[in-house]
Amino acid sequence: MSVPSAEAPVLTAHRAGLVGCRSCGRVWPEAETTCNRCGSTLVPPDRRCLNAVWAWLAAGFVFYIPANLFPMLKTSTFGGLRGNSEATILGGVVELMHYGNYGVAAIVFLASIVVPIGKFIAISWLALVAGRPATVQAAHKRLRLYEVVEFIGRWSMIDVFIVAILSALVQLGFVASIHPGPAAVSFALSVAFTMLSAQSFDPRLIWRGLPLRSRKDHE
Amino acid sequence: MQTEGEYDLSTGAGLIACPRCDALHVERELEPGETARCVRCNTVLASPRAGAFTRIIALSFASLVLMVGAVFFPFLEISRMGFGNQTSLFGVALAFSHGALMPLTVAVLGMIVGLPVLRALLLVYTLLPLARNRRPFAHAVPAFRLSEALRPWSMAEIFVIGTAIALVKVAGLANISLGPAFWAFCGLILVNAASNVFTSATTIWDAIEDAGMATDGREIVPETRA
Ligand SMILES: [Zn+2]
Repeated sequence: MSVPSAEAPVLTAHRAGLVGCRSCGRVWPEAETTCNRCGSTLVPPDRRCLNAVWAWLAAGFVFYIPANLFPMLKTSTFGGLRGNSEATILGGVVELMHYGNYGVAAIVFLASIVVPIGKFIAISWLALVAGRPATVQAAHKRLRLYEVVEFIGRWSMIDVFIVAILSALVQLGFVASIHPGPAAVSFALSVAFTMLSAQSFDPRLIWRGLPLRSRKDHE
Repeated sequence: MQTEGEYDLSTGAGLIACPRCDALHVERELEPGETARCVRCNTVLASPRAGAFTRIIALSFASLVLMVGAVFFPFLEISRMGFGNQTSLFGVALAFSHGALMPLTVAVLGMIVGLPVLRALLLVYTLLPLARNRRPFAHAVPAFRLSEALRPWSMAEIFVIGTAIALVKVAGLANISLGPAFWAFCGLILVNAASNVFTSATTIWDAIEDAGMATDGREIVPETRA
């Protein structure tokens, strides 16, 4: 699978009046709507997919707000004598640092705050600049960013799993017990919706509007 | 099967479009051990097929066995000041079984047990006949499509890392012992990682097609037309 020569101009399926299948790569005439090999829906690389991207992203953002306001973990120690505490995501990070657990604090901070917010910014930016002319280098950078978002997005779910494990494990009756808070649900939904947003984005849009002469970017 | 370099720009027969950047490539059979990449964005378009399917099938069976162990053996145990508690994998999912958190139980069980098992079964179903050069089973196409769609939602590896972090978090608080299910889960991650190395979706689609999956006849093979 290669073009006759690496120096040859890159021809895209869209430019050739064809449509490529996003899941198996088969190429079909533009009028086709379903891939005959794998059964996926054929979608031309245009800005229509951005509606779904924005909609899922908005849903993800809406659920991210209560995820930060409500408690993620409810802890009670010594039957409530040492106090019951309810920790939000950020509160949990602060608490961990207070106990000197800097490594865990950093991971939770990264997975629950830096990654989700970074993802909102990255997807918004990709959707805003999608389809605008870019240089080949810029397109490569955008594709790299998209791949990072796609890869790292699922890892935010780790905080939900940590809450589940702690709540199932730390049930020591009088001594200490941990229960999940309502933020766990809205956080899980927020992660799921942003994953759907990233999946709705069509990376082929990144390459639209590129000069098609040569992959070696000379005029 | 078509000969190398034969393609039709008006119908798209014999061509492959990169799923990431839409660049067109002429489809051809790979040399043994060769990996085809997109000329523009370097995305893998096809990877070596020889032996890969047998390996994926073996790894899928291994992951099913490990998953049975992970579900039925004790997962973690904790004790402090005479109080003790033990949890299985189900116990972890059931942590969310109170009130409004209930749907999360189903979601967590699905992401860490259900989907990995389902994907392993679907992969075996799709690849078993292909590895022996037979025609694919009925409905192999929707089966593999479902398996690919579920891929991002199968989060066993994320769960294991989450477990490790949770353990570090409570390590100072109480004594913890790791059950056989924990180790089974760690093994599962290695097996899944190895399986992902061999799995290239486009290559499997190609193999399903080459093995004679019935299509509705719209597909144009240049030789028969010429
Ligand atoms: Zn397809």
